[in-house]
Amino acid sequence: MTATSIHATHDERPPRSLPRRLAIWLFPRRRLQLGLLLATPLGWLVLVYLGSLFVLLLSAFWEKDTFTGNVEPFAWSLAAFESLINGEVYRTVAIRTIGIAALVTVTDALLAFPIAYYMARVASPRVRNALVIAVLMPLWAAYLVKVYAWRTILQGNGLLEWVLEPFGLGQPWQGLKELANTWLVLSYLWLPYMILPLYAGLERIPASLLEASADLGGRARTTFRRVILPLVFPALVAGSIFTFSLTLGDYITPDLVSDAKFIGNVIYDNSSLGSPPLAAAYSLVPITIMVVYLAVARRLGAFESL
Amino acid sequence: MTRSAATGDARADAMIPAVRLEHVVKRFGGEAARGRGAGTAEGAADSSAVVAVDDVSLEIGDGEFFSMLGPSGSGKTTTLRLIAGFESPTSGRVWLHGEDVTTRPPFERDVNTVFQDYALFPHMSVGDNVGYGLVIRKVPRAERLRRAGDALAMVRLSGYERRKPSQLSGGQRQRVALARALVNRPRVLLLDEPLGALDLKLREEMQLELKAIQQEVGITFIYVTHDQEEALTMSDRLAVFNRGRIEQLGSPAEIYERPATRFVAGFVGHSNLISGEAARTILGADGTFTVRPEKIHIRAPEAEPGPDEVGAAGHVREVVYLGPDTRYLVSLEAGPELVVTEQNLATSSMEALAAKGRAVQLTWKRQHNLPVAEG
Repeated sequence: MTATSIHATHDERPPRSLPRRLAIWLFPRRRLQLGLLLATPLGWLVLVYLGSLFVLLLSAFWEKDTFTGNVEPFAWSLAAFESLINGEVYRTVAIRTIGIAALVTVTDALLAFPIAYYMARVASPRVRNALVIAVLMPLWAAYLVKVYAWRTILQGNGLLEWVLEPFGLGQPWQGLKELANTWLVLSYLWLPYMILPLYAGLERIPASLLEASADLGGRARTTFRRVILPLVFPALVAGSIFTFSLTLGDYITPDLVSDAKFIGNVIYDNSSLGSPPLAAAYSLVPITIMVVYLAVARRLGAFESL
Repeated sequence: MTRSAATGDARADAMIPAVRLEHVVKRFGGEAARGRGAGTAEGAADSSAVVAVDDVSLEIGDGEFFSMLGPSGSGKTTTLRLIAGFESPTSGRVWLHGEDVTTRPPFERDVNTVFQDYALFPHMSVGDNVGYGLVIRKVPRAERLRRAGDALAMVRLSGYERRKPSQLSGGQRQRVALARALVNRPRVLLLDEPLGALDLKLREEMQLELKAIQQEVGITFIYVTHDQEEALTMSDRLAVFNRGRIEQLGSPAEIYERPATRFVAGFVGHSNLISGEAARTILGADGTFTVRPEKIHIRAPEAEPGPDEVGAAGHVREVVYLGPDTRYLVSLEAGPELVVTEQNLATSSMEALAAKGRAVQLTWKRQHNLPVAEG
C-alpha cells in the first residue's frame, strides 16, 4: 500500500471519551437538548418578567393605609379600582392618552407610507440603503436628547413660536399647544417604527402584481386600493402596534413638552408617593388595551409582517 | 388546410398588423439612457448602459401565433414588455393595430399579459382574480360572473372560483393567469414564458391546450420562450433573438431547415458546424456550413458515398442512448466532431452502445449542407 492512500490502515474512530458518550446519548433526545439550552433564559423570563407582572396585578388589590400612608400587602381591597372608576380625572387622562396614541398612529402611517413606498419600489439600491440608515439613525440617538431638542423648538419663545408669530398663528398655537406638542414629538419619535415594517411589507409585493393590475386596466389609484393596500395592510397593523403601544406607555415626552398628563404620568406620580395600588390598578388599563389590540392585530395577520 | 396556407390567408386578410415595432431600442441604466450619451463621450457612456433591445423592427399579423425565441438576456422579454407598456423604448415606435401607443401606459393598451410568475393576486379568490379586469371596466356583476365562469371553463377550471391561488397547483395557477387575461377579450395576448415553471409532462399538455385556445378565440398570441421545441411546435412564425437583435424571422420550417446564421443553427436544434479547412476537405467549398444530426447516416468505414452525397471518415467517440433515439458523437479525421442521431428502429441499447470506438464512414446528402453566416 502506498503512502498516499486515503484508506485507513487501522481503526481511526475517535476514542470513546465521556463527553463524547454523553453527546451520543443526547443525540436522539431532541427535547432534552432543547430543554437544557433554554432552561436559563426561560427561567429568567418567567421569574423576573412574568413574576413582577403578577406582583403588579396583585398589588392593585392591596390596601393603602390612609392614616400612615403605608401600603398593606395582602390586605385585600378594591379601593384602588373604586377611586379609578369614580375619579373623572383618570377617565380624562385615559381618553387623552388613547386619543393621542391613535392620532400618532394615523399620522405616522400617513407620513411613513410615501417614504416606505419610495424606499421599496422607486429608489436605486444605493439610495435605498442610505434611506434605511437615515431612518434607523434616530433610533440610535438617546431618547432624551431628541425630546430636549424638541423642547427647545416648542417651548415659549422657542423656534416654533418665532416662526408662527409673523403669520398671526402664535395665538391659535398657544391654545393647541398642550396636546399638539405631545402629538408632534411622539409622531416624530415613533415614525421609524412605522416606516420599517411598511418598507418590508411593500418590498415583499412582487413587481409583477402591480404590472398585472396595470395590464388589466387598473390606474395607479385602483392598483393602490385593490392590490397594494390589502397586501401591505398586515405590515401597517404591525407598525401601528409600535406607534400605538409606545405612545400609550410614554410618560417622559408629555412631561417634558406639555402639561397634559398621560396614563404613564399618573402611574409614575402614584407609584412612589401617592397610592401604589392605584398606580398598579391604573397600569392595567394600557395592558388590557394592548392585549385586545394585539389579539386583533394577530387576526389581521400582522405578526407575519413583523 | 396546411399551416402555411392558413398563415398566408391570415396575413393577407390583415391589412394592418396587430403589432408593429419600428426600430425599437431599449437601453437600461448608464448615462446614455438619460440622453447624455451624445457626442464624443458616446463610447464611454454606452459602456455603462445595457442595450437590451437593439434596433428591432417587426410586424405581427392579426390572429397570428408568434413566438420570440432566444436565450436569457437576448431581449425577447424586454421586447414583450415594450409591447405591453411596462417599459418605454429609448427610441423607436410601437404600434398596435395601426395606432401609435409608444407613450401610452399599459392600462390604456388593448393587450393583456400572462406573466412568467403568473402574478395572481394572492389576497383574492380565483374568481376575483379572473374578474379583476372586468371590475375595472365596470362590467355589471351578473355579466362579470358569467364571463369569468366561461373563461375558467375554457381553461378547465370550472368550480374553482372560490379557491385562493395558494391552494392551486402550478399548472392550475398558470391556467387561472390565462383565464384572467383572456376574459378581457384583448386583441393581443402576450405570454412571457408561461410554461417555464411547469414540469415536462404538464408543459407538453399545456402547449397543445394553448394552441387550441388560440385557434378557438382567434386572437394574436405573442409567445416568449427559450425552449426551441416549444417555439417550433406552436408558432405560425417566430423570431430568434440574440443580443438584443432579431437573428432570423420566419416559419418554424424555414428557421429549422434554413438557419440564416451560425447562432440560429446552434440555438434551434442540435447542429453540426463545418468550417475552414474541414469544409474544404469534406465539402470542397469555403465558408461555414451546418448539417442537422438526423440527416447524417452512419455507414461501415469502407462504404462509398453516393453520387449526390458527401462522406467523411472518423470514429465514434461517445454514444448516448436516449430511448427512442441514440446520439453518436463522431470524431472526423478532417477535424470537427459531428453529432449524429439515429432512431432506434431496430437497434437495441446494447447494440447502440457497442458502437463506441468503432471506425465509421458518415454520409449525408449534399443538399443538407446549409451555408450559414458567421453571427
